[in-house]
Amino acid sequence: MNPLELAGAGPGPAFTVTFDGRPVRALPGQTVAAVLWAAGVTSWRSTRGAGRPRGVFCGIGVCFDCLVTVNGRPNQRACLVPVRPGDVIGTQDGTGHEEARRAH
Amino acid sequence: MRTDLAVIGAGPAGLAAALAACARGVRVALVDAATEAGGQFYRQPAAGLRAGRPEALHHRWRTWERLRDGLAASAVRVLTDHHVWAVERGPDGFTVHALLGPEQEEPAEVHARAVILATGGYEQVLPFPGWTLPGVVTAGGAQAMLKGGLVVPGRRAVVAGSGPLLLPVATGLAAAGVEVAALVESTAPRRLAGHVPALAGKLAEGAGYAARLLRHRVPVLTRHTVVRAHGGGTMTPRPDGAMAPRTDGAPLRLTGVTVAALDGDGRVRPGTERHLPCDTLAVGHGMLPHTDLADGLGCRLDGLAVAVDAEQRTDVPGVWAAGEATGVGGAALALAEGHLAGRSAAARLRGTTPDPAPAAVKARTKLRRSAAALDSAYAPPAHWPEQVTDDTVICRCEEVTAGAVRDALDLGAGDERTVKLLTRAGMGWCQGRMCSTAVAGLAGCPPTPSRRPFARPVPLGVLARQHPQEGPS
Repeated sequence: MNPLELAGAGPGPAFTVTFDGRPVRALPGQTVAAVLWAAGVTSWRSTRGAGRPRGVFCGIGVCFDCLVTVNGRPNQRACLVPVRPGDVIGTQDGTGHEEARRAH
Repeated sequence: MRTDLAVIGAGPAGLAAALAACARGVRVALVDAATEAGGQFYRQPAAGLRAGRPEALHHRWRTWERLRDGLAASAVRVLTDHHVWAVERGPDGFTVHALLGPEQEEPAEVHARAVILATGGYEQVLPFPGWTLPGVVTAGGAQAMLKGGLVVPGRRAVVAGSGPLLLPVATGLAAAGVEVAALVESTAPRRLAGHVPALAGKLAEGAGYAARLLRHRVPVLTRHTVVRAHGGGTMTPRPDGAMAPRTDGAPLRLTGVTVAALDGDGRVRPGTERHLPCDTLAVGHGMLPHTDLADGLGCRLDGLAVAVDAEQRTDVPGVWAAGEATGVGGAALALAEGHLAGRSAAARLRGTTPDPAPAAVKARTKLRRSAAALDSAYAPPAHWPEQVTDDTVICRCEEVTAGAVRDALDLGAGDERTVKLLTRAGMGWCQGRMCSTAVAGLAGCPPTPSRRPFARPVPLGVLARQHPQEGPS
């Protein structure tokens, strides 16, 4: 039994987003964090100081550990933001602003 | 928009409050940050996942159906995707300030004559070496991701900490196909046995969980604790060729935990350590109330919770509070408190006194008693700071270690605030919600409620637009 079977889910058609350049399958309604977990990814940020990897911690938008860059916008809480087809999701390094600047 | 009553939070307390008030003829707006009503307890799978059997993830589903159908049939205006950052009291009532949608950049305001705060709570996790590794999540977080996104964090999990939440998390993960290697609870069963009279209503529920744990073959280790989380693997450069993460060979994710038995004083018993391989640790040490909005309005707090009277009124006229914000006690208590708050607010808005509600009052009394019993029975290991090594990160946002906190204590800091000023612990994105209890524990002082004028980050542009006439032209 997996969670989708457990809840009797019949989601709409899956679509593709990218994470650090590679395609990842997403289901409608899932958050960025849920899509990454389903793809086996549990970290998508390195901290500003020691550069340590982080991912979901509180899962409800309180802890800000799951910050991620979505479509060039850093500091999005992956556990809150729903995915949309074609989203470009990237590991956020530090504040994320260096990458955002480079992209423009 | 303008309304009579703004209820903030659409969990059990807020739903019960909104329905009770609306049924008594006042205009109600129910404001919540999520995309759907339900709160954390009744968090629903995202609509796009089209779950045909969402009740498989829930307890007391019939209660949810009653609330959901009642809401649909009511005139309550439901404002989802509203992240409330402050409630302001003015001469004509209250302004609820919110930010819209996941972006949280566009402001929205709700003007109301009265407010019910049903802001719920969040989970407390006490630190231990390795607790920042990816794969270590809060117990409630694992449950929220399962309920809302129908996903699990790994294949083999340890569920650990202290408190009644660990039971549904362990059984929920197991039902969703995760191998639960152990449920590690620091409380000794005999501590619960001492509260049997007050917990009478909870016994059947506990027995149900025990049966499920058996069915899923989940080993239960009571009076045990996780002393360390271990990591492995290292990050690789990104395929897109962009900047490689600066992980310096740091472990990428959880590979296992060391658990150990506790003695009668709550100290780790030497020689009892053992390793449990796992890719997920779901850990929690109880809940804390969200009190920022109440505090911002000037409501008196009692300890860490909002103080209320028999009608669930705070000491600020026009402001009620119900549910976990007034003291953590679970969904059933939140429903009773919310109902009473809604009745009271509706009556007071109409200039009458509330009708007696003996059933709800009785339920509240009984459930508060069992909540108090659970609270005094379940306790994290008394000497948990002894297990926290100096290199353990305490403040996850600002990456402040226990060593740095202890240095501040050596310099004379004796409370959370002074530690914060010396180390930045508690100054990051989460505003100390994740580390406050830990800092207090290391300092040996009781936790104090933090003062947060804004309940969540607010763009400067939104603040600048608040009172344009006051700024320089």
